[in-house]
Amino acid sequence: MRPDRLAVCDLLAEYGGLIDAAKFDEWLGLFSAECRYQVVPRENFDRGLPAALILCDSRAMLEDRIRALREANKYNIHTDRHVIGLPRIFDDGMIEAPFAIYQTDQEGETRLFATGLYCDRLEHNAKGCKIRDKLILLDSFAIPSLLSTPL
Amino acid sequence: MAVVTAAIWPALDYSRVPYSFYHDADLYAREQEQIFRGPVWSFLGLDCEIPNPGDFRASYVGDTPVVFNRDREGAVKAFVNRCAHRGALVRREISGNAEQHICIYHQWCYGLDGGLRAIPFRRGIRGQGGLDAGFDMRAHSLRPLRVGRINGALFGTLASDAEPLEDYLGAPILAQLDRLLDRPVRVLGYNRQRIRGNWKLYAENTRDNYHASLLHEFLVTFGLDRSTQVGGVKMDQRHRHNITWAEADSDNDEFAHQAYAGAGVRNDFLSLQEPALVAFRREREDKLNIAITSVFPSAVFVQISNSLAVRQIRPRGVDEVEIFQTMLGYEDDTPEMTQHRLRQANLVGPAGLVSMEDGEAIEIAHRASKPDLDRATVIELGGGGVISDRDYRVTDVPLRGFWSYYAELLGIEPDGAVR
Repeated sequence: MRPDRLAVCDLLAEYGGLIDAAKFDEWLGLFSAECRYQVVPRENFDRGLPAALILCDSRAMLEDRIRALREANKYNIHTDRHVIGLPRIFDDGMIEAPFAIYQTDQEGETRLFATGLYCDRLEHNAKGCKIRDKLILLDSFAIPSLLSTPL
Repeated sequence: MAVVTAAIWPALDYSRVPYSFYHDADLYAREQEQIFRGPVWSFLGLDCEIPNPGDFRASYVGDTPVVFNRDREGAVKAFVNRCAHRGALVRREISGNAEQHICIYHQWCYGLDGGLRAIPFRRGIRGQGGLDAGFDMRAHSLRPLRVGRINGALFGTLASDAEPLEDYLGAPILAQLDRLLDRPVRVLGYNRQRIRGNWKLYAENTRDNYHASLLHEFLVTFGLDRSTQVGGVKMDQRHRHNITWAEADSDNDEFAHQAYAGAGVRNDFLSLQEPALVAFRREREDKLNIAITSVFPSAVFVQISNSLAVRQIRPRGVDEVEIFQTMLGYEDDTPEMTQHRLRQANLVGPAGLVSMEDGEAIEIAHRASKPDLDRATVIELGGGGVISDRDYRVTDVPLRGFWSYYAELLGIEPDGAVR
């Protein structure tokens, strides 16, 4: 089923906005009960190599990732800003949207942190759109410093 | 900045390292010449990355670009990736298959052995222009590296006087490579991390057992690895390389709680919803679930639980380093085991649940040390004095081993050095 364009745009806007506001529980709510989330360097994708930077192949693993971020991981103190481009929407329920993420440190210095393509399979019903499978193809696969908060 | 000499060391046992070592641009240039292009062996890549004749891959020795490839006879050859004519990169792609390597600038053509094969308009046009008849093609090959191989891991050196690779690595490192690479491997993928810090901060980090369970809280919080486990550090005779090791299930929660509480460190062990992420499946007779093998100057072979990788430390000037990591599995892994390794790849790399912190630790050490170059870091966990193996984990002795060999190669060993 071809997802509704307005619903897709709403979902993408929420997706970026919730990460940028560090509202990760609400962000998790955008995924369906069974879901997969992975960040794959373009270098691997283009060569057919399976290794990801982040692979959460169940909702439990995605929730663990967020919990680890809160409870255990230490990382560069920063804020994110997602700039998500217009989505392409396909008849089979897939969407693609280009993104750029800028990171700003505590002293106000901003750098382009990541750019790439969201390749999402959505679950679409009367209550709206949820993300079933998100493949983040990372063009900028030489990661600046480290990758902590979700892309 | 004054030229660094042997007088720079505040302590004879390398327990103090002045901050200037991380920031001195002249020193960086000396390191490239006397270490990376000197008598060391650098990890280049893997046999399995170039299985067929003509397969090539680009890599680095320090900041020098190199290419390694397989020739028609199946031998691995490696050379500096720089045209003898104008100094341009000859092979621009990172990997591929080719009959020869042709520089795009003036199409000078090199064979898979790095030898100069052909030069366009060598005799000019209608007898005009071109090169003198006396131009010696053989004197203008790509600069070759000697190549050595341990169980499919390829090493190269630019020094004709480097000791044999096996001697360079020494018995403990060879034993570890025999263990980790006991079966043919395959590449699961690559990842890269650009850290705004000097490359030696990363080389030290991989030899620093003390930091692991303190900086990487995930290890302790979610029960993957603790300093209370049986473990230690083991070096080669010259102390330039190191293996940081630990055995699975070799402590218990109560002992660990007490030790971490006593040290004032968080010890409310939590559990994951998906415990497979940290579950260790024993693959051999031994119980090692952590084996970090650092090979001087820039290679790290890593086993953390069932994730396997080799890292190449690629200096990018005095202020930046790239960590290039190749994720591995074994050729005979079942699809299910491959999936387990791909999941455990979450532990390592730039987004690694037990490694992302290293990027931040190195950047803050690099940043704060820069303004005060005469002051020095402290390396004294496990005591000072003679450098030796330890069968406990609260130690950073192998860092002193790294610096002792570093000083030797740069010709700045202090009189009466304690090694």
